Amino acid sequence: MKPYLAIFNLRMINGLQYRIAALAGVATQFVWGFMYIMIYEAFYHGFTGTQTISLEQLATYIWLQQAFFFFVLLWLKDNEIFDSITSGSIAYELCRPCGIYGFWFAKLIAHRLSGTLLRCMPILVIGFFLPIPYRLSLPPNFLTFILFLVTLLLGLIVVISLSMIVYVSVFVTMSPIGSFLIFSVVGEFFSGLMMPVPLMPIWLQNIVYILPFRLSGDLPFRVYSGNISTNDAIIGILTQILWIIGLIALGKVLLTKMLKRVVVQGG
Amino acid sequence: MKLYLRYLEILFKSQLQYRASFILMTIGQFFVPLVMFASIYFLFEKFGQIEGWSFFEVALCFSIVHMSFAISVCFMRGFDSFSKLVVNAGFDRLLVRPRNTIVQVLGSNFEFTRLGRLIQSTMVLIWALLNISIEWNAFKVATLIFMLIGGIFIFSGIFILGASLCFFTVQGLELINIFTDGSREISQYPLSIYKDWVKNFFTFIVPLGIINYIPLMYLLGRGPYNDILSMLTPLIGIVFIIPCLYVWKFGVSKYLSAGS
Repeated sequence: MKPYLAIFNLRMINGLQYRIAALAGVATQFVWGFMYIMIYEAFYHGFTGTQTISLEQLATYIWLQQAFFFFVLLWLKDNEIFDSITSGSIAYELCRPCGIYGFWFAKLIAHRLSGTLLRCMPILVIGFFLPIPYRLSLPPNFLTFILFLVTLLLGLIVVISLSMIVYVSVFVTMSPIGSFLIFSVVGEFFSGLMMPVPLMPIWLQNIVYILPFRLSGDLPFRVYSGNISTNDAIIGILTQILWIIGLIALGKVLLTKMLKRVVVQGG
Repeated sequence: MKLYLRYLEILFKSQLQYRASFILMTIGQFFVPLVMFASIYFLFEKFGQIEGWSFFEVALCFSIVHMSFAISVCFMRGFDSFSKLVVNAGFDRLLVRPRNTIVQVLGSNFEFTRLGRLIQSTMVLIWALLNISIEWNAFKVATLIFMLIGGIFIFSGIFILGASLCFFTVQGLELINIFTDGSREISQYPLSIYKDWVKNFFTFIVPLGIINYIPLMYLLGRGPYNDILSMLTPLIGIVFIIPCLYVWKFGVSKYLSAGS
């Protein structure tokens, strides 16, 4: 475990260096957040049907998505890993006295965590002080807040174990960009980043609930905004754990299979 | 012009070298706006309308904005990734050649894979037009074409402006994405659904309102404005590129090489 923690620390420190980039990211996130809320406000205006999520809850949902963007975004790739596979420098990594799965896993978690730490605070703080339809509200009670934190962290692990499978697939395709683009576009749709899951038609929601993507981008934020009850949240946590076990097992099996076949050329 | 075509030919060949990746990338680019469009469709399924606009009217707006964005990003990719040229001082090489810098930067990259985007939005356009009853006449056809042209110029102007900033900051700024992607996202809905300050910003500063709102009202026969005037407003978009080119020129004159 120790070498993985060391990698994690190293990557954290490294990631925290990019403050200016993070600031630009925060500005982008703000514009996006405002834009989405404004669009939904216009949709809600003059709408008389039953609401599956109130506008205030929706605003909270959107701000949290923006604040924890680095936790949920699938289009976030570690080019070093891609390069090491395509260029063959993976040979060095295989020489290291620690498992490559854990090595990459620690690296990816640190990348996302450092990115989020730099970005989330300004969005959360300003979000709390915005005027009403735009405000990021507090969670209904302390228990939901705890549940939110648990689902958020488990969601992060789901995202990473999912993307590990994509990284492993590069061993086959050798050119990551195209397949990665399709994976992230489709995945982000099913995780509720393009449109909030509660606003989707029922048949689509049923598909979304089967897939693992919403466990990171949708579940934690709906738990926080009070759109999901405590019971459902606990069921959600169990689903997350099951998916994590399944995805990590699958990723490890695929990786060992690929590594058996791997041929590194040249010296 | 001949030079530019030659550039394109070479770029096209080089991008086709990785055929599988090229195809997957084009398909991926087809999916990006498709997923956005799907979410708009589902939102309308739930809400029915947005501030009095129906689904197909918004689809029309969406397709025009995305078509002009796709075309402009194809051509302007060199400007979009311009920070690389500045950081590795590749721009020095362009400066010593006896040709216009703009043609060379334009020719430095061309994204053929973005055609996937164009195909998707063209399909949306056709679908929307089949479902809206517009009393067509020559003016309206011209308006539609002018909207596209105006849009292409406005987005291109934003790309050039973003690239010009690299002269001063050296590093590429993620901030410029707010203006490129952000204005695309915002203008895929008719501007009238937004708050006034957003409307004003996108009418007077980045003039997307003149391609997405005024002519759209005219096409749908709702505009309070004069026919000829509404038809010609999108062309103001072409004027937008002039100050952008001046900023570019100014940037080139202030350019300090990053060395090596």
